Amino acid sequence: MSATLTESLRPTATPELAKRVELSAIDASTRGPVLYFLGSSILWLILGTVFALIASIKMHAPEFLGDSEWLTWGRVRTAHLNAVAFGWSVNASFAVAIWLMARLARAEVRHAGMLTLAAVFWNVGLTIGIFGILAGDSTSIEWLEIPPYATPILFVAYALIGAWALITFRFGRSQHIYVSQWYILGALFWFPSIYSVAQVMLLLEPTRGTVQSLVNWWFAHNFIGLWLTPIGVGAIYYFLPKVLGKPIHSYYLSILGFWSLALFYNWAGVHHLIGGPVPVWVQTAGIAASFMMVVPVLVTAINHHLTMVGSFSALKYSPTLRFIVFGAVNYTLTSLVGSLASMRSFSEVVHFTQHTVAHAHHGLYSFFTMVMFGAVYYIVPRVTLKEWPSVKLISLHFWTVAIGNIAMIGALTIGGIEQGINMNVLPTNPDGTAGEPMAFLNVMAQTLKWLEWRTYSGILITVGHVAFAINFAWMLWQPRKPGITQPALFRNAPDMEVAR
Amino acid sequence: MNRAPLIFLGIFFTVAFSWTGIVLTNHLMYADLQPVFDENEGRAFPQPLPGDALRGKEVYRDLGCMYCHSQQVRHPGFGTDIQRGWGERGSVARDYIHERRVYLGTMRTGPDLRNVGARFAGEGGRNWHIQHFYNPTEVSNVTLSNGRTYGSIMPPYRFLFRTQPIIGEPSPRSVQHLLPAKDQPPVGHEIVLTQRGEDLIAYLLALKDPPLYPEEARRVYVPPAQPDRGEPRPGTAPESTREVLQ
Ligand code: HEC
Repeated sequence: MSATLTESLRPTATPELAKRVELSAIDASTRGPVLYFLGSSILWLILGTVFALIASIKMHAPEFLGDSEWLTWGRVRTAHLNAVAFGWSVNASFAVAIWLMARLARAEVRHAGMLTLAAVFWNVGLTIGIFGILAGDSTSIEWLEIPPYATPILFVAYALIGAWALITFRFGRSQHIYVSQWYILGALFWFPSIYSVAQVMLLLEPTRGTVQSLVNWWFAHNFIGLWLTPIGVGAIYYFLPKVLGKPIHSYYLSILGFWSLALFYNWAGVHHLIGGPVPVWVQTAGIAASFMMVVPVLVTAINHHLTMVGSFSALKYSPTLRFIVFGAVNYTLTSLVGSLASMRSFSEVVHFTQHTVAHAHHGLYSFFTMVMFGAVYYIVPRVTLKEWPSVKLISLHFWTVAIGNIAMIGALTIGGIEQGINMNVLPTNPDGTAGEPMAFLNVMAQTLKWLEWRTYSGILITVGHVAFAINFAWMLWQPRKPGITQPALFRNAPDMEVAR
Repeated sequence: MNRAPLIFLGIFFTVAFSWTGIVLTNHLMYADLQPVFDENEGRAFPQPLPGDALRGKEVYRDLGCMYCHSQQVRHPGFGTDIQRGWGERGSVARDYIHERRVYLGTMRTGPDLRNVGARFAGEGGRNWHIQHFYNPTEVSNVTLSNGRTYGSIMPPYRFLFRTQPIIGEPSPRSVQHLLPAKDQPPVGHEIVLTQRGEDLIAYLLALKDPPLYPEEARRVYVPPAQPDRGEPRPGTAPESTREVLQ
């Protein structure tokens, strides 16, 4: 493209530069809330990791902190789940969603105070909630354990953020709605809808009998499917092409992926109740929907893969890309495993085992959390105008969590399948008849080695999280160095304009 | 072209669709299931839990037992629940209609507890629970073929007990005579079960589903590889279903 005369005379007037100035102003306007949410999310991540380690150790060494009622396994495990799901994941999602919404709508953040207030409400509500869980007020409804006295505070936070997102979307300068925005808008609408329905139908006016379980899993699975997944996939859709400096492969595939996800993920939650005392037709619908999830997953995977093709060498340089690609690949893997595990025959074996735990971490960690790490590495330098102080720490972070995570998922998947076979499959006698099931204590004893593996891998992951937190804190504390123009890369890219 | 309204509509309808299908339809279809009156016994089944067991269920909630224990028996032919003695039949929706909160559970780190009241009953059951809560590895352990002994990984719940000095007469609720030598209290002291512990045990002793209800016996329960025994007589749950369940 040939330059226009004005551009040649005044280099600062290039459209490219003008756009950068605009983006930079937008980034700066998000600074307060984004850093507040990210800072809190990282604090929760560390706390949640500590709870996780305690729970993991207790599971093979039950006398560890055995006399502490506050840290008894059933409570500390629940505190872990809520700290990482609502503390780390949701705070990080808010930060990433806010930043993406502002950038994609090309709108500077108005009313940043509203967002900061939302952040205060969210984190105060959550602190009260998790304290309540440790004190014994958990509801023991999976994914909805936060005691009812803390939830209204969380709702206020949500209302503020939702209102803000609508304002930003409405007053944005961009005419085009990029697919990441679809996902984020969807998520911002879906989460409060399912959360309020679940609160009403389970806690305020509980419906009767096992209908409760249906509400429970409709909510819990959709928290992942309609909140974390759209935020994660939306972020991949933004960062992948952004870092590579080329457009996403296919616009139409991305739309197909969005609508098929919206349609099928919704129904998939019932697969947590296969073989349980709920109507068989709804289990079948859940299985069918879980299976149909192959469509959005493969469509998205193909779209991302074809975008990456030819640029794999960039993985050597860009931390953001490395985390994001790790996450994207695992999104595909975990979803396919999920579809498989929802089949009746497979579910008969692995339901009720550590396989479920592996699968949950595969989705929430290998996919979602890794994508969020990648996003943080991209966003924070842009909103603070500082550079990551230590590339070594980024590298340490990546390798410890990647290896720790793979080890953990591997151990619990294999361990869960072994546990499931021992527990649910009858051995065959020499004469061909079915034998006695393995004694329960033997099933438990055989599973122990895998539970120990989880602790070892968890220690590795903890190291990574500490490295991440140190780097983040160091970055905020260090003074701004005006001279820096180089992004923090693992090594210098030869002639590629890769940003982080 | 401004697609925003269209996107919002789609976002709304997808979630409304699944809510209607999974939640609303089932709520309308079976949230009003009723107990079945059994003329022979002169009572309706399932029976609601008595008060101390209900308080015990609160302890079960508070301590998060459900993250290791399910409360649903799988039907014969699906898993090995029946062979393990976790129940005489698969659980059905009617079993749960009195429960203000349902703990079906999704994990079996420990055994299913839906019918634990049938396995541990009476004074002996209570004593076993006391020993088990105080020190699970003491009562539940196994030696594998590799020669190593593995104790239960259920957490100890010693905080449901209290060690107190004996003032005057020893308390009738003291439990140390059930505990091994290493767990004995210092002289002049006794170990008693707290009220929460009593309630929790009352809950476990009460956990037991009745034999299958006639309607479900017709519709849901298919006896594995057994000759047709004909229609069970309606309205006489225990009699007729005992026959079907044999
Ligand atoms: C960390 C997981 C875990 C938690 C939490 C847990 N349990 Fe267990 N539970 C087990 C395991 C494993 C067994 C099997 C070994 C044994 O008998 O101790 C078991 C066995 C039992 C049994 C004996 C069942 C039978 O049929 O043999 C009962 C009763 C029981 N648990 C009740 C409870 C109660 C009540 C709580 C909550 C206060 C609880 N458990 C919390 C893991 C757990």
